[in-house]
Amino acid sequence: MDLQNQQRIKDAAEKFGSDCIVILGSSDAEGAEIYAETVSNGDPTYAGPLAGVPLGLPVYHVFDQTIRDECDPAAWEEQISMMEMVLDPEALAAAVKGIRDQFSKNVL
Amino acid sequence: MSSVGIKGYSYCLNHTPELGLHYGSTPFVEREAKGESDFLKSLPRYIQTYEQAAGYAPNQAYIGGIDYEAFEGAKTPWIENYLTNAQRYGRYGEIMPEDEFLGLMAICDVFDLIWLEKSFADEVKTKLSKDPVMNESIVARLKGVHELAEIETEVKDKKGRPLYYGGKIVGCVRNGHEIDDCLFAYVLMENLACKAGGVLALLHLLKNSGTKPEEIDFVIECSEEGAGDMNQRAGGNFAKAVAEIAGCVNASGCDIRGFCAGPVNALISGASQVAAGARKNCVVLAGGAVPKLYMNSRDHVKKGLPALEDCLGNFAVLLVPDDGTNPVIRLDALGKHSVGAGAAPQAVASALIYEPLSAQNLSFGDVDKYAAELQIPEITLPAGAGDVPHANIKMTAALAVMKKALEKSEMDGFIKKHGVIGFAHTQGHIPSGVPFIGVACDHIKAGTMKRVMIIGKGSLFLARLTNLADGASFLIEPSGGASDASKAGASRPGTPAAVSKEDVKSMILEALSEIVGKLS
Repeated sequence: MDLQNQQRIKDAAEKFGSDCIVILGSSDAEGAEIYAETVSNGDPTYAGPLAGVPLGLPVYHVFDQTIRDECDPAAWEEQISMMEMVLDPEALAAAVKGIRDQFSKNVL
Repeated sequence: MSSVGIKGYSYCLNHTPELGLHYGSTPFVEREAKGESDFLKSLPRYIQTYEQAAGYAPNQAYIGGIDYEAFEGAKTPWIENYLTNAQRYGRYGEIMPEDEFLGLMAICDVFDLIWLEKSFADEVKTKLSKDPVMNESIVARLKGVHELAEIETEVKDKKGRPLYYGGKIVGCVRNGHEIDDCLFAYVLMENLACKAGGVLALLHLLKNSGTKPEEIDFVIECSEEGAGDMNQRAGGNFAKAVAEIAGCVNASGCDIRGFCAGPVNALISGASQVAAGARKNCVVLAGGAVPKLYMNSRDHVKKGLPALEDCLGNFAVLLVPDDGTNPVIRLDALGKHSVGAGAAPQAVASALIYEPLSAQNLSFGDVDKYAAELQIPEITLPAGAGDVPHANIKMTAALAVMKKALEKSEMDGFIKKHGVIGFAHTQGHIPSGVPFIGVACDHIKAGTMKRVMIIGKGSLFLARLTNLADGASFLIEPSGGASDASKAGASRPGTPAAVSKEDVKSMILEALSEIVGKLS
């Protein structure tokens, strides 16, 4: 996760505390895991503002059923349904869940 | 239908591993931040020789050393199956070795910025004079020859940047200003490399299309570099600077920028000017980007793979009025990503692919090939960026399913039939669809393709100006016959359009029947 985004998430977590949820849209599972770990357990590459900062934020992939249920079906159809055919939604949601189960607090 | 002919095209690579090791942004930033780290110590073990780069199947596909079909059939992984008997020159261009490219950079320097060591300069001058696109007047521009001690002083005491070949310093780029970072040696080196790549592509284009330099009317340059000083940070004009070296004395030019969407926007702009009769012809070209050399090398080294990002990419395309003999760019079926379109991949794909097709009553299957973001997958996959061209055609297929032009079960077949395998270096603007123009035109001329879509997409967020997505697209097709502009002799504004014999006949008949009507 690039350094500016790490800083933005750190700032948001400080401002909103436990009301903060991170939703990822990453297209590959390996990347999704790294992003999820960064916002929950700290930057695993030790390069950015979240290095050694375990925010414990609840993190979900947008394809997670919990998030999907919250979305307006028309907006989902218009914005996301095409990528649902292109990507592997279950694998992406599961990859992020694996990290969430280990490091996130206050999950939905 | 407004259309413009594609008369010629060229594609070249500059194999520049040592520029990459020192000035690719990933190694450069690492060195500045951490000194000679473990990664930097490891990287030279993973670089390719010139022979390996020349034998790398995607590189040969880029310069036209092998046909696209041969590339599709080339044994993978390409990094383990280098082509034997690979040549420096292909149908579209060449892979220039690094020593000659440093010489070409010196040729392109008109401000005494590049100094080359005397014996090195003599050697490259001899080698460059054997290149079929060079001529005496171009090679004679190689000046700025100095003793090694002078070069070392320039680097040590005056903030010059060394140029390496064979691990030794063979020259330097001098610093252009003490304070103005737009004129620091690094930036000047980057811009001169881009200019030199553009010149090489233009020289090959002239040769490939049988055009004299003085016949070129206008040049549009569309790289991602910024040439200027602190008062006008990316003022340009690369296009005229490139045209000057190639001897295009009657040409003017300008630059167009748009990140990776730059080339497609530049081609649309050039084509529109030719179609309007404002330009007799227009070359659209770009050189490469030094900072992107070894951009993903950290991942390649980590995974023990060759660091493949060792080439600068260049291209040039010659646009002429549609006289019925060349494949054409259609100007009535352009893909446009509007400000309000949204940044979701679905919105972008719809704007660039579905909308121009549906406006012309065409379906997804009416396009033989969709060429978008043609990065070499062996570069991007180990870096976690996936197979980019494959992801693009998958999105196109999914869009076709959503628009009910395709059954979901037919997606795999569509992807295989209409997709393009990536063969372009991760040089930003270079992979964005344009490398396929040559293949498309060759196939259209041979009658084996009838329609190809070229798609460029740009990551505007990188400049921190906007989070908007960006992109543009156009269709290439066989000519439907000479355009009005061509019939009128590429008419200039104010020149009356040509009138055919049939038109005259029908006007006379109309007038006669009017007279008969009045008499009766």
